[in-house]
Amino acid sequence: MSRYIPQTDEQKIEMLRETGFSDISELFSEIPEDIKLKRKLGIPGPFSECELMGHLRQLAGNNISTDDHAFFLGAGAYDHYIPSVVKHMVSRSEFYTSYTPYQPEISQGMLQAIFEYQSMICELTAMDVSNASMYDGATALAEAARMACGAARKNTVLVSRTIHPEYRQTLRTYGRFCGFKIIEIDYAQGITDLDKLQDNITDDIAAVLIQSPNFFGAIEPLDEIKPIIGERKIMFIVCADPISLAILEPPGSFGADIAVGEGQPLGNPLSFGGPYLGYFAVKEEHLRKMPGRIVGQTVDSNGKRGFVLTIQAREQHIRRERATSNICSNQALNALAAAVYMSVMGKEGLKETAVSCAQNAQYACDKLVETGSFERVFSAPFFREFVVKSKKPVSELNKKLLENKIIGGLELEKYYPELENCWLLAVTEKRTKREIDLLSSVCEGRCGE
Amino acid sequence: MKDTKTVFEYSVKGRRAVDAPARDVPARPLDELIPGGYLRKSPAQLPEISEVDAVRHYTGLSRRNHGVDSGFYPLGSCTMKYNPKINEDIAALSGFANVHPYQPEETVQGCLKLTCRMQEILAEITGMGAFTLQPAAGAHGEMTGLMIMKAFHENNGNSGRTKVIVPDSAHGTNPASAAVAGYDIVEVRSDERGNVDLESLKNVLGDDVAGLMLTNPNTLGLFDENILKISEMVHGAGGLLYYDGANLNAVMGICRPGDMGFDIVHLNLHKTFSTPHGGGGPGAGPVGVKKELGQFLPGPMAKQNGDRYYLEAPGPLSIGRVKSFYGNFGVIVKAFVYILTMGADGLKHASETAVLNANYLMHKLSGDFVIPYKRICMHEFVLSGEKQKENGVSTLDMAKRILDFGFHPPTIYFPTIVKESMMIEPTETESKETLDDFAGTMLQIAKEAAEEPEKVTGAPHNTVVARLDVTLAARKPKLKW
Repeated sequence: MSRYIPQTDEQKIEMLRETGFSDISELFSEIPEDIKLKRKLGIPGPFSECELMGHLRQLAGNNISTDDHAFFLGAGAYDHYIPSVVKHMVSRSEFYTSYTPYQPEISQGMLQAIFEYQSMICELTAMDVSNASMYDGATALAEAARMACGAARKNTVLVSRTIHPEYRQTLRTYGRFCGFKIIEIDYAQGITDLDKLQDNITDDIAAVLIQSPNFFGAIEPLDEIKPIIGERKIMFIVCADPISLAILEPPGSFGADIAVGEGQPLGNPLSFGGPYLGYFAVKEEHLRKMPGRIVGQTVDSNGKRGFVLTIQAREQHIRRERATSNICSNQALNALAAAVYMSVMGKEGLKETAVSCAQNAQYACDKLVETGSFERVFSAPFFREFVVKSKKPVSELNKKLLENKIIGGLELEKYYPELENCWLLAVTEKRTKREIDLLSSVCEGRCGE
Repeated sequence: MKDTKTVFEYSVKGRRAVDAPARDVPARPLDELIPGGYLRKSPAQLPEISEVDAVRHYTGLSRRNHGVDSGFYPLGSCTMKYNPKINEDIAALSGFANVHPYQPEETVQGCLKLTCRMQEILAEITGMGAFTLQPAAGAHGEMTGLMIMKAFHENNGNSGRTKVIVPDSAHGTNPASAAVAGYDIVEVRSDERGNVDLESLKNVLGDDVAGLMLTNPNTLGLFDENILKISEMVHGAGGLLYYDGANLNAVMGICRPGDMGFDIVHLNLHKTFSTPHGGGGPGAGPVGVKKELGQFLPGPMAKQNGDRYYLEAPGPLSIGRVKSFYGNFGVIVKAFVYILTMGADGLKHASETAVLNANYLMHKLSGDFVIPYKRICMHEFVLSGEKQKENGVSTLDMAKRILDFGFHPPTIYFPTIVKESMMIEPTETESKETLDDFAGTMLQIAKEAAEEPEKVTGAPHNTVVARLDVTLAARKPKLKW
């Protein structure tokens, strides 16, 4: 009746008899009759593999993928090239069919891979300690805010309005229920308004949250923020794109206490928004306040190197309601993909990718401005993503581009009402000159009319 | 034998595994694009390895890891069932894997349709009114569900309901999630049959209680027979009933949380619905609620209008957003494929067989191990190693000895209310032969514990590393290369 249940009818009868039962229904005799379902569940199936593959291929075919169109859409999820080796290594079923490595002696593979992931995240961010991953960038940032409030026993955080709108929405939800307040700091010229930040800094603030490159793609002047915080006991939390860190000065160099970010660009497919991973790294002094699993190196009884889950006294399975966080399952397999990606991209490859993003984005921006139909909105330097203001409604442009097999940028007005006709475009290393030129000519109205 | 190399120890200056695509836009000096002060001064020391190095390294690591595909994995409360391969293939189809969350709605109709169908299917399986697929994992779902509980009470003007009740047998995430959602936690004890102690419950119920979190069957693997009475008591006191769906694998198609009186439910798609656990994640923790609580769900929600599918922004009473985008979509695809593979009869069959397998195994082990609750178990059961402990052999020792036989050990020392506990969940995807093998191993270990305990206390003997020093790891943390 089901291909994943090996017991034959004869075996079931034999097992029942040996266990002292005559019918399977007796096994459920402790469930009150009143709540037993007297009908069959109203769900579709069963289907054979062949039928399912056909049906789901059709459903998948109703979506447009990065294989079909050229994507200039980013806004927190990016179309980077993923080397084949990443998928092959992550598909090793010894990895993906295992669970949290509670038994280290038979989980050395995953433990070591996560240890290496933590090491590479520390390298990229210039932080001391990384955990084994959070759910995504938004929850990593929300947990960082919670951690800062808990550690300082304060309940207000300053949040730049240049942080991804959905991250700020997530922060608001966590804040409402976990008991911290959010003061949003407006932006000027596409980056956090430092005067407004200065005006709101008091000893009651638990943390300052900045994203760089920010939601507009602009690079924030992180060097000027730590001096504003000064000697106050305020945590500096930086949310940073990991690929940008191959060429940009990392959060650790600017005195960040916590660095978090969306790890999707590191070898994880777009997958309609998930599963991704949030990276989370801190300065050594904050180690014992950190949420999530951490892998550490140790030795076995023969002195041989090995890896285990460690500093577990912070975690829910030990501390229950006094844990630093409720997180249990994380995004380990996505962290593994990130680890494989970082190791194969390597020191030079990741840098080259980052440089390509910056070059392509600059070229695209210049090209659009040259047409005369767009102007730059902000003067701040950008990495992979930028904002232009269009003379025509952005939704019309996106429609026209779609007809030309291009997925255009994000309509910023949806998230920032004051940014009327503003368009957020992302240009990764995958985009070619031809695609960028086509984008610009379609926008000019030279094609696809 | 040498230590296994880390990826950093393969590194040789100048070696590489990828070639960057040729840049065809006019190149400008980087510091013309980005001011020099923002540029990285010392490079991140990522490894410099070849593709072959990478493949050998990670393949080598995978061989030092036990998964469901390697062998039996009876980790209690984790439902380590087989992860069907077609699920992986379908989730990897480009039309699912390479789709951006912000694409125009008309270009993601397939994703939205699947999301809508999944919301409906999960509601039917659990007897709930509406589902969100946004939470990323079980604990995230718990947190979401408790926020909904809080929003509901606040909306009714009951902000004085500050307490959440959890049984002493609850998963650690239950009290931890309640704390994250801003609740105080009150524990109730279990009675001698392993059910929630009704007297203890009665004593803590009052107008300061927001709700009760319960796993049913509970972590002892026992169905709480008093569930209707509990529901009546909690609701009578103005509280809500929260269902931790970790153990749903016992009751699919047999009974539904909604019909038991639960108001809020989270599921673990990576447990019940066969999606792989990924070495610790990703999971997916959808949350279902009774119809009248639907307005508090996080958003956006996938909706249908005729043959068009769209995303609806959250309304004014929604708790808001709990993560970016729409949840772990790739995981949801796999669970959807599994459910369609099984159908209604198949899911029921899975639960029946899971329960049969657990009872069969419990029966096989009951002669040599202490079984603390003499009842029919559901999909899992708990035994105690207290008899072996008398001979100086702990449950940890036995777990390590199990490794020598190529099995993953059960969950140990949980639930904490049973001494030297071992929580065993065989799942329905294991054959009688595997169960017999495992039972044989357990009986042999019991014999060793009695006759040659040092063989057990010195275990494991056959693993790639011997027993690891966890104390050293915590005392002198080395957390990066």
